[in-house]
Amino acid sequence: MSHEITLTVNGHAHTRTVEARLLLSDFLRHELGLTGTHVGCEHGVCGACTILLDGVPVRSCLTFAVQANGHEIMTVEGLGHDPENLHPLQQSFWESHGLQCGFCTPGFLMTLLPFLQENPDPSEQEIREAISGNLCRCTGYQFIVDAVKLAAQKMGEPQP
Amino acid sequence: MTTKSFGQRIKRNEDPQLLTGRAQFVDDVHIPGMLHVAFKRSDYAHARITGIDLEAAKSMPGVVAVYTAEDLGDFWQPSPLLVPPPPAEHVVFNKRTSGQLARSKVRFVGEAIVMVVAESRYLAEDAAETIIVDYEPLDAVVGLEAALTEDSALVHEDVGSNIGAHVIQRKGDYDTARAQADLVISRRLLYDRGTAAPMETRGVVAHYDHLARHLTVWDSTQAPIPIRNGLAAMFGLSERQVRVIAPFVGGGFGPKVMMFYPEETLVPWAAIKLERPVKWIEDRLENFYAMTHERGQLHDSEIALTKEGKILGVKDVFLHDTGAYIPYGLTVPINTQCTLLGPYVVPHYYTEFKALFTNKTVVTPYRGAGRQHGVFVMERLLDIAAKELGMDPLELRRINFIQPEQFPWCNEIIYQDFTKLTYDSGNYEPVLDKAMRMIGWDEWRQNEQPRLRAEGRKVGIGLVMYVEGTGIGPYEGARVQVETTGKVTIVTGIGTQGQGHYTSFAQIAADALGVPMKDIYISTGDTGQFSWGVGTFASRGAVVAGSAVYSAAQMVREKALKQAAEHLEASEADIELVDGFAQVRGAPGARVPLATLAASANPLRGAVRPGTEPGLEATAYFGPQMGTTASGAHAMIVEVDPETYQLKILKYVVVHDCGPLINPLIVDGQVHGGVAQGIGNAFYEQLIYDETGQLLNASFMDYLLPTSTDVPRMELGHEETPSPLNPLGVKGAGEAGAIPVGPLFAQALEDALIDSGLEILEIPLSPSRLWELVEGGDA
Repeated sequence: MSHEITLTVNGHAHTRTVEARLLLSDFLRHELGLTGTHVGCEHGVCGACTILLDGVPVRSCLTFAVQANGHEIMTVEGLGHDPENLHPLQQSFWESHGLQCGFCTPGFLMTLLPFLQENPDPSEQEIREAISGNLCRCTGYQFIVDAVKLAAQKMGEPQP
Repeated sequence: MTTKSFGQRIKRNEDPQLLTGRAQFVDDVHIPGMLHVAFKRSDYAHARITGIDLEAAKSMPGVVAVYTAEDLGDFWQPSPLLVPPPPAEHVVFNKRTSGQLARSKVRFVGEAIVMVVAESRYLAEDAAETIIVDYEPLDAVVGLEAALTEDSALVHEDVGSNIGAHVIQRKGDYDTARAQADLVISRRLLYDRGTAAPMETRGVVAHYDHLARHLTVWDSTQAPIPIRNGLAAMFGLSERQVRVIAPFVGGGFGPKVMMFYPEETLVPWAAIKLERPVKWIEDRLENFYAMTHERGQLHDSEIALTKEGKILGVKDVFLHDTGAYIPYGLTVPINTQCTLLGPYVVPHYYTEFKALFTNKTVVTPYRGAGRQHGVFVMERLLDIAAKELGMDPLELRRINFIQPEQFPWCNEIIYQDFTKLTYDSGNYEPVLDKAMRMIGWDEWRQNEQPRLRAEGRKVGIGLVMYVEGTGIGPYEGARVQVETTGKVTIVTGIGTQGQGHYTSFAQIAADALGVPMKDIYISTGDTGQFSWGVGTFASRGAVVAGSAVYSAAQMVREKALKQAAEHLEASEADIELVDGFAQVRGAPGARVPLATLAASANPLRGAVRPGTEPGLEATAYFGPQMGTTASGAHAMIVEVDPETYQLKILKYVVVHDCGPLINPLIVDGQVHGGVAQGIGNAFYEQLIYDETGQLLNASFMDYLLPTSTDVPRMELGHEETPSPLNPLGVKGAGEAGAIPVGPLFAQALEDALIDSGLEILEIPLSPSRLWELVEGGDA
């Protein structure tokens, strides 16, 4: 059974006909070619596929594309894409060495974006709890935590 | 002035791509007309296949092809042996590797039986689900000791037993040493299975261009060049007709260096046969079953000492679980044998293992690659000996250290690189001292711990030592080229899975050529760019490929100096390379851009001097005579909740010596990640098999990777004892973080639970297992 859906991804409207069972992660990656969203476990634990649905972090591997009909999606591609002008969160991950293989990173960024908007000055414990639903196998999390602290600092500064 | 890059905490060149979602991983490869693969895998650990019903699958819409082992014809072959057995004193090796699809018998749950190719992954999986395999179940070989009993089922009947290999190595004469000992400690120690669980599963995309007669394969492998060579041979193609690209790889940790996985050869085979591009992306369930595992050893070990605590000898006899096949040879148990001796003088050593076939997933190296087990055995024996002798456990270690002037130190037995195990350099006391200072050992013992214990808190401290053989051969290579823009390109054959090669290799070349980091482009892991190499494993990338980059960059530097001397009419000795220019030292006005030198080295018309090689370019190879030996100490303070046996790590310290650091930021990251995996291995992660060989916890809901709330903040210290074996003096750092965490947990937990008299002889632990050991009397 196919359905026509219209949704906004990173500010651009898309209309597609999709099967009811098509996962949002597969829709974003393979229909729209937005391969920055990664699929790590396909059972909702690892958090690599996290995207924002109307501003809220959601596992795109546990969401059907049809459920996103009429909603606004943001993926990692919607953050800064110019290396000279990254989002402060991306810049902080870069400066703090908050990534190694980089596969889980988009999910961390999309989890943290609303977290830092809601909690602009988090403690280390709050940061660790905020990312406890995202698995990283490379970093041991320490430099990710440092990156979030740095991002909070950068995002709190007046923008030039 | 260009500042020196080597040794700087420089942020990584590759990160902007990864941070913006614009880095290519295997599943990001899309080719029009591409087909997708799903596998029907065995539900049984051990069974004969009596029938396969493919009718429903073949008739489903969108299904293009369905293949069993029979359909592969002559292409069906047991995979080649990756590493031959070592030339040790006593070696029996029964080579058994798997064909691409199971034929007549399955030997582990998850073994591939049927390959389905369809227009989408969804349709391929639908079709795979309709396939009915009839089995005649056989008894499963699960336990290690049970595998050796007379009435055990046989994984490979033609071997006549479940022994895949039997190796004996020795140094000196242990029995004589034992006879002279004041104290002999004997224990049985268990180290059970885990999985590497890279966040990116495996994947292969293959595209055969029939007009160009060229095969391109994208593979999440750690060893693209050997894969290219093997595929070319299998398909009767020239190596130049096959290009294997390991693009960005989402973590490897060892299992992605295994070759050949069945999927790695089947996907290109199908792409050639069907004349369509074909993609297979492993799902997480498959990854639990079909990507190789590690660990799984049972040791009977003893140490003989004098009453003053001097080690006289060690004897270690162990069973190693190699799983259903033994495609990777004996690297893991050999590493166990060779890492056990640690930083200590052990004059006499007897080590023997049997690698056993079991009806479980194949075992190949995973970060640490057998080293963990050896360190666990040695450190546990020392802890127990210290108690028996009434000695401080750190003092016992200290008095047995190999001294700095004793290097190179030969332990005589054969290592995984087939050379006699020899430590190149080391200095262990400063490592121990720094770790004691950083963890606050004396203060903790004298004041803090007694105070907390008086409050009833179960707090303990631990400190363990280890060495790690790193940077082994045979070789890697690199080509360094100054392009006519003045920018530099470096290509090397090894792949990268997050280790920061794009940055550390650039740092090495930046210093040699005086060019800014941003002007260096690096290609790794693409056989179309560089044709020679081995792979990323054994903590060898920076040591072996880094040294090749260094050598090639030095050769380019010499060419540039020579050309510049002619151009500037100055002596070569007076030329320096700074900020992309060659200039006369002390006369910065007299300078020429490297771009100009590169252009003049590649003239479009005119004549060159006979014998001139074009380009400001050089290729170099580096093959060390043997591996480098890194070392370190881990220490931690831990608190156990007396009700739940959950842990809280109050402090964690690593002091590591991998020689000079190319990029301390990257090394710190490597150590952090290794410790996190070590913590998982020690206290959270364990693959649980039942008696029928079923893996019971094959999901991230049930197999617990450590999260951000489980891994503590780590404090790192570095010592730098250079290696004499390579021009950079570096040693590998990739695995060190993961290696000694098991015995550290054991020591610190025993200390925290000192009232219980607990002796920990097994890893992994868990809160419930710890409770059983203390409360349940089930030790």
